[in-house]
Amino acid sequence: MIMYHEIAEISLRVNGENRRLWVRAADTLLAVLRNHMGLTGGKAACENGDCGACTVLLEDRPVKACLILAVEVEGMDILTIEGLKQTEIQRAFLENGGFQCGYCTPGFILNAYALLKAHPEADDETDKEWLQSNICRCTGYEGIKRSLKAARKMMAEGSE
Amino acid sequence: MFYSSIGKPIIRKDGIEKINGSIKYVNDYTYSGVLYAAIKTSVLSHGKIKSIDTRKASQLSGVRAILTGEDYPILQGCYLKDKPPLAVDKVRYYGEPVAAVVADTFEEAAAAAEEIKIEYEPLPLVKNARDASNKGAPLLHENLGKYSYKDTIQPEKNSNIANHTKIRKGNIVSGFENSDVIIEASLSIPSGDHAAMEPRTTIAEIRSDGQVVIHTSTQTPFLVRKLLSTYFKIPVKRITIIAPPLGGGFGGKAGIQLEALAYLLSRAVGGRPVKIANTREADLLMSAGRNGMEATIRLGSTLEGRLQAAELMYYFDCGAYADYVVKISRAAAIACTGPYHIPNVWCDSLCVYTNKPYGTAYRGYGHTELTFAVERGMDILAKKLGMDPLRLRLINAIEAGDTTPCLNTMEDNDGNLRRCLERAADLINWQDGGVKWVDEYTIRASGISALWKATIISLNTGDNALVSVDEDGSVNLHCGVMELGQGTKTALAQIAAEVLRISTDNVKVFMPVNTDTSPYDWATVGSRSLFMAGKAVIEAAEDALNQLLDRASNLFKLPKEALDYGGGRVFVKAKPDIYIDFIKLAGGEGLEGNIISRNQIIGRGNYKMQHKYEIDPETGEGRATIWTLGAEAVEVEVNIEDFSFKVLRAACVMDVGKVINPELARGQVVGSMAMALGMATTESFNFNKGLQVLNGSLRSYKVLRLGEEPEYLVEFIETPQVDGPYGARGLGEQAAIGIPAAVANALSTALGTELNRLPLVPEALWRSKYPMEEANAIGITEGIALKLK
Repeated sequence: MIMYHEIAEISLRVNGENRRLWVRAADTLLAVLRNHMGLTGGKAACENGDCGACTVLLEDRPVKACLILAVEVEGMDILTIEGLKQTEIQRAFLENGGFQCGYCTPGFILNAYALLKAHPEADDETDKEWLQSNICRCTGYEGIKRSLKAARKMMAEGSE
Repeated sequence: MFYSSIGKPIIRKDGIEKINGSIKYVNDYTYSGVLYAAIKTSVLSHGKIKSIDTRKASQLSGVRAILTGEDYPILQGCYLKDKPPLAVDKVRYYGEPVAAVVADTFEEAAAAAEEIKIEYEPLPLVKNARDASNKGAPLLHENLGKYSYKDTIQPEKNSNIANHTKIRKGNIVSGFENSDVIIEASLSIPSGDHAAMEPRTTIAEIRSDGQVVIHTSTQTPFLVRKLLSTYFKIPVKRITIIAPPLGGGFGGKAGIQLEALAYLLSRAVGGRPVKIANTREADLLMSAGRNGMEATIRLGSTLEGRLQAAELMYYFDCGAYADYVVKISRAAAIACTGPYHIPNVWCDSLCVYTNKPYGTAYRGYGHTELTFAVERGMDILAKKLGMDPLRLRLINAIEAGDTTPCLNTMEDNDGNLRRCLERAADLINWQDGGVKWVDEYTIRASGISALWKATIISLNTGDNALVSVDEDGSVNLHCGVMELGQGTKTALAQIAAEVLRISTDNVKVFMPVNTDTSPYDWATVGSRSLFMAGKAVIEAAEDALNQLLDRASNLFKLPKEALDYGGGRVFVKAKPDIYIDFIKLAGGEGLEGNIISRNQIIGRGNYKMQHKYEIDPETGEGRATIWTLGAEAVEVEVNIEDFSFKVLRAACVMDVGKVINPELARGQVVGSMAMALGMATTESFNFNKGLQVLNGSLRSYKVLRLGEEPEYLVEFIETPQVDGPYGARGLGEQAAIGIPAAVANALSTALGTELNRLPLVPEALWRSKYPMEEANAIGITEGIALKLK
C-alpha cells in the first residue's frame, strides 16, 4: 500500500461555520467531518458509495462523503445532519416511523431534504430515483416513504 | 380494558437524537490514546497454514504489535467451543482472520497487514451441507470430538456434524401407510448476511488497575462479559462491558463477535485501548452471517387433506464454525412441522460444517428455513390433492388441544392460526389462489404461508428492572435490554407509565447499557425482551407504586385499600379531592423532613423464564415454550418474457397477544417482511469454485432498496398471552418467517413449476422453466428473452 503523507491546509464552510483544517491528501470528506470535527452523524457504513449512510449536502446537493476527498471541496459549503434543525422532514421522520436503528437516518434525511427542495411536488419515480442511493435495513422503506409524504404536506401547508 | 399508555403510538424515546444524528453508536465516541487494528484474513477457504512471515510488517512505522493464532490458541463459542480468535494451524473459510496488527493509525495498521506473508497448503473443500454430513467427507474440525459443548446440543465426533437433534413423534411408518397421497421435495436456501447498517466495532482496554473495559456493538453485553470471563479466566467483577445503542442487530451482534480478539490485542500492547472497526467487507465476510440450509421432506395426507405424517431432514449449513447455528438447528427441530397438527413426525435436524463464512443467529432463528421447506411442501401437496392451498392449511392448522412435534399440547391462549390465515388471504384478495393474466406477457398469482415461532430461551435466564422515582415525581427506568432499533425501551417505558398511571413523558430510559450499573439482562435476542423485561418492569413499577402508597397511607392514616392513584397523585377513594402528588410523596414533603435525599423510592422487579424447553435427546419429547402464530401471503406479478417479477402486496397477520405500541409493532413487522423479501429474492453469497465469496460488498450483495418494496398489509390479532405483560408476546422476527415460502409459492403457481431454491432471481425462474439440458438442446443461452406460450 502506498502511504500519502502530504498534508494540505483547506478551508471549508460547514453548517454555516468557516473552518480551517490540515488534512492528508488521502483523507475523505467523511473522515475529516467525523475525525477532525466530531461531526459523527454521517456514518462509514460501506466507504464504497453503496449505502448512502455518509450523505451530506455539498453546495445543496447530496453527495456521498466517503467518495470525496476533503481537498476536493476546498472553499465549499457543506451541510451535515448536525446543521439541520427542526425541519419538516425531521419531524416527519419522527412521527411516521421513518427510522428504527437510526444509523442510516442522517443520510436519508439529508437526501430527502435536498429532494424536497429540488422537487417540492415530485412523483414516486423521482423519489425512488433519489432515495435508491441509500440503504435502510430496518424499516422496509414504508415509514420513510410515509415520512416524505408527510413532510411534503407540512411544507405545502406551511407555504400557503 | 382501558389503557392510558399501552396500545398508543408513543413517539420513540430515542427519536429526537436519531433524527438529529446526535445519537452515538460505539464508533462515534472519541477514545483517548486509542490504537487501531487491521486484520489479515484468509484468501483460501480451506488450507493448512504453512508459515506466517511478519518480519517486514513489524518494521513498518506506527506498528505496535502483531498477533497470530499461535499467540493465544483458545477456542470460543457460545454452545460449542470451536473457533479460535485467529486461525490456528488451518483456515476454514475465505475471510477468516489469520493475523492482526495494532498500530497508531488505521492506515498504518492496514499497510502493515498488507505486508504479512502467509503460505498455505490447500485442503479439499467441503462445499455443501448434505455432502458434508456424509461419512468420508473431508473434515473441517478433526478435533470435534474433543471440543467442549453444552449438553443441549449433540455433536458427532469424526464428522462435520456439530449438532443432531431428533424428533420422533407417533409412528412414522404407519403414518405414511395411512396416507393416500405422499409428496417429496428437496429444497435449499443459500447463506447470506445480516448486513446491519452499523458494521461491528469493539474497543478494548485493560486499565492500570486491571479492569478490562470493553465498548462494543453487542446485543448481549452480559453474555459477552460471561464468555470473556470464561475464555480468559478473568473474574466477572474485572470486566465492564459498555454497549451503546446498535445500528441494527438482527441476531448478528449476539454472542462474542470482535470482543475476544480486541481484548487480546489490548493485552499485546500493555492494555492500551485498541479499536477494531469492521470495514463493510470484513463485516460481510470475516464476521458471522446467516447460515444456509438444505432439506428433504416427505408429507403424507389423506384424500381429504388431513396430514398424517411428516419426515423432515434439515441440513443447516453453519459454514466453518458452529456459533449459534447449533442451536438454530435445534430450534428448527422443535418447530419442525410448522404450525400444523401432524400425528406422526420424524425429523433429523443437523448443523453441518462447510468451508463457507460462518453463520450465527439471524432474524427468524431457523424458522424461516423450516417454514420454507414445509410450506413449499404444503403447496405441492395441495396441487397433488387438487385442493386450494389455503384450504389445506385451514384443515391442518394447529389449535388448542393439538400437540407440537415435542408433544406439547397447544392451549387456547396460544393464539388463533385459522383467523390469521383467513385474514392474510383476505388482505391480498386470495380468491382460490389461481393465476390471473394481466396482459399477454404478465401474470399475477398469490402465495400463502403459515408460520409459528417458539421463543427458545433457556430456563435459567431472566430479566431485571429498577424503577427509581425522582423528586419531581418522574421515574427512571433501568434495565439491561439493548436498543437495536426495535424500540423495546420505548415499549417498556409505556409499561412502566401504565402501571404508575403517569405520562410516558415522565419515564426516562437510558439507551446505553453498562454491565456494572445496568440490571442484569440475559440477552436482547429471540424476540423475548418485551415479554421478559416487560414482566420485570411491571414488577419494579408495582414495587415503586406500593412504596408510594405506603407513604400516602401513613400520611392519611388510612389503609392502602382506601386509597387509589392516577394522574401522578394518590387520592382517597371515598373523597377524591383529598390527594397528594407523587412529587410530594417522592420528595417526602409532608412527611418527616425531606426524605428524597436519603430515602429515594426504588422499585425492584425481576422475571425468571418459566417456559422450559428441555427435550429428550432421542425423541424430542419435552415442554416447549411460548408460541407466536401467524400467516403471511403475497401477490406477485411476473413477466413471462424475461422472468422479472415484483411482489405487489405482502400481508402479515399475527396473533401477538397484545400490541403495546402499534407504530413500533408495525415497524418491526414490516422491517422483518422486507428483510425476508431480500432473502427470498436477491440476497445470497455467490461463490466461485474455490468457495471464495464473489459479492462481498453492498454493491454486489443485493439488499432491498426503496421502491422495490411491496405494499405492506399488516394486521394483529390479540389473543392475550396469559402470562405476558398486558398479554403481549414477542413479534420482532416472526414476520420474517413466512415471506420466502409465500413468495416461492406464488411464483411457483404463476409459472407452473416448483421453485424450491432461494434466492428467486429471474434466472432461477427461467431455469425452472427451461432446465439446463433442455435449454441447451433448443439452443437457448442465458439472457435471451423467452416466451412461455
